Amino acid sequence: MISYLSEMLSYPFMARALIVGTLVSLCAALLGTSLVLKRYSMIGDGLSHVGFGALAVASALHLAPMAVTIPVVVLAAFVLLRLSESGRLRGDAATAVFSTGALAIGVMAASLGTGMNADLNSYLFGSVLAASREDVAVSAVLSAVVLALYLFFYEKLFAVTFDETFARATGMKTGLFHTLLAVLTAIVVVLGMRMMGALLISSLIIFPALTSMRLFKSYRGVIGGAVVFSLAGFFTGMGISFRYGTPAGAGIVVVDLALFCIGCGIAWVRER
Amino acid sequence: MGEFCIACDRVTLSYENQVVVRDLSFTVSEGDYLCIIGENGTGKTTLMRGLLGLKKPSSGSIVLGPGIRRSQIGYVPQETPVQRDFPASVWEVVLSGCIGERGMRPGFGRKEKKLAQEKLEILGIADLKKKSFRELSGGQRQRVLLARSLCAAKKLILLDEPTVGLDPLATEEFYHLLLDLNRDLGITVVMVSHAIQEALGHSDHILYLSRTGSFFGTTQEYLSSSEAGRFLKRCRGGREKT
Repeated sequence: MISYLSEMLSYPFMARALIVGTLVSLCAALLGTSLVLKRYSMIGDGLSHVGFGALAVASALHLAPMAVTIPVVVLAAFVLLRLSESGRLRGDAATAVFSTGALAIGVMAASLGTGMNADLNSYLFGSVLAASREDVAVSAVLSAVVLALYLFFYEKLFAVTFDETFARATGMKTGLFHTLLAVLTAIVVVLGMRMMGALLISSLIIFPALTSMRLFKSYRGVIGGAVVFSLAGFFTGMGISFRYGTPAGAGIVVVDLALFCIGCGIAWVRER
Repeated sequence: MGEFCIACDRVTLSYENQVVVRDLSFTVSEGDYLCIIGENGTGKTTLMRGLLGLKKPSSGSIVLGPGIRRSQIGYVPQETPVQRDFPASVWEVVLSGCIGERGMRPGFGRKEKKLAQEKLEILGIADLKKKSFRELSGGQRQRVLLARSLCAAKKLILLDEPTVGLDPLATEEFYHLLLDLNRDLGITVVMVSHAIQEALGHSDHILYLSRTGSFFGTTQEYLSSSEAGRFLKRCRGGREKT
């Protein structure tokens, strides 16, 4: 086990992937709990497709990928939230429009730019090789920001998630916290997308929270559990991917799915 | 009779161009127990949103009494499906009632924790502290939400149909609990209610909303009014049919 781990770490790209992945898993688990409870699970999925579109366009135009993708996805998060609040376009419909639209634009850009090649495949399904040295630095800084904001506003986010009307009645600016949630989610989606793939990143956000909700009774317990499940899923999935040469994202999601099934099983047994 | 808590003066509330509440005036005094009753679609919940400051009146004014800030109104909402399976402990929910007083500071201090513990004890649910909110019965859940609202409230609590979905016994208990809070702690209670018998049995003031006009006065006055006769007859008729 130890030697296996040290073999993994002896590859610089693996070490980088592990650092980025740990940070992203941590943030995704925290935000995921709020998103699932607020019934915003699909927003993560919609944003990841927007991210894919932006990434494909950026690389076709030979622009810095992160510098383009992060602002675009943050903007999309803003718009999606506004749309679902104003009720002009229902939230789920808005998300569907965004995700398929962006996906199509991305595919067009990628095939016009470089041709349908391995690049596109790695955007969609992720690649451990994607984590460059700059990515590690950007991920570390942004993850730290996400973590700090989340912990600072922990009680507020709880209040807004649990009962928005009550929070507003006591004078909280709930719109501000929705925006915060959307921006943080956008950042996490972009950070995780290159490794997990656009099609799979949202499961990193949703699965740990769902599994944890089956097993824990308090909000703090659910969040702690989600972090543990997220990290467990990530490391096991990476191990599998390293051993069998499968895409990292898929490996992680399969482990997350297994954990979810086990969680449901335990909850079911407990209720009997 | 103490000072006034809420004064509504010729308030009109509307969505887009549809007027929901028209030209309504009433005053809630300190220590009152007011129930707002009326048929569906007469603007009870809209009025509640107005009182909470979540909806601006399109004309008229809603003024809070001296010394009451918006953040110091306790609010007990209608139960939402999100809350019914929300994984949070009773303690976390009640403590979140202190959020308005904390401002931008993170966390909760000793003062807030003491306050939350106090409210749990007043409502007799201190033993539920570590339980999960979603495991509670409907009646217990409403007590927890009431405890949360008391953390925010100094003098005034607003409730929006808090007993929907409760069985008759739990409903009766909840109304009685409110009466205790009203009498023993001097807390002013304003409640939108659909449980007419309980509302009439416990409140001291009634605001009756209907499409043709409204009635405001003491419960005694209401019971002897002609509006009451018609409305109660319809309620009873409806009940016999179902």
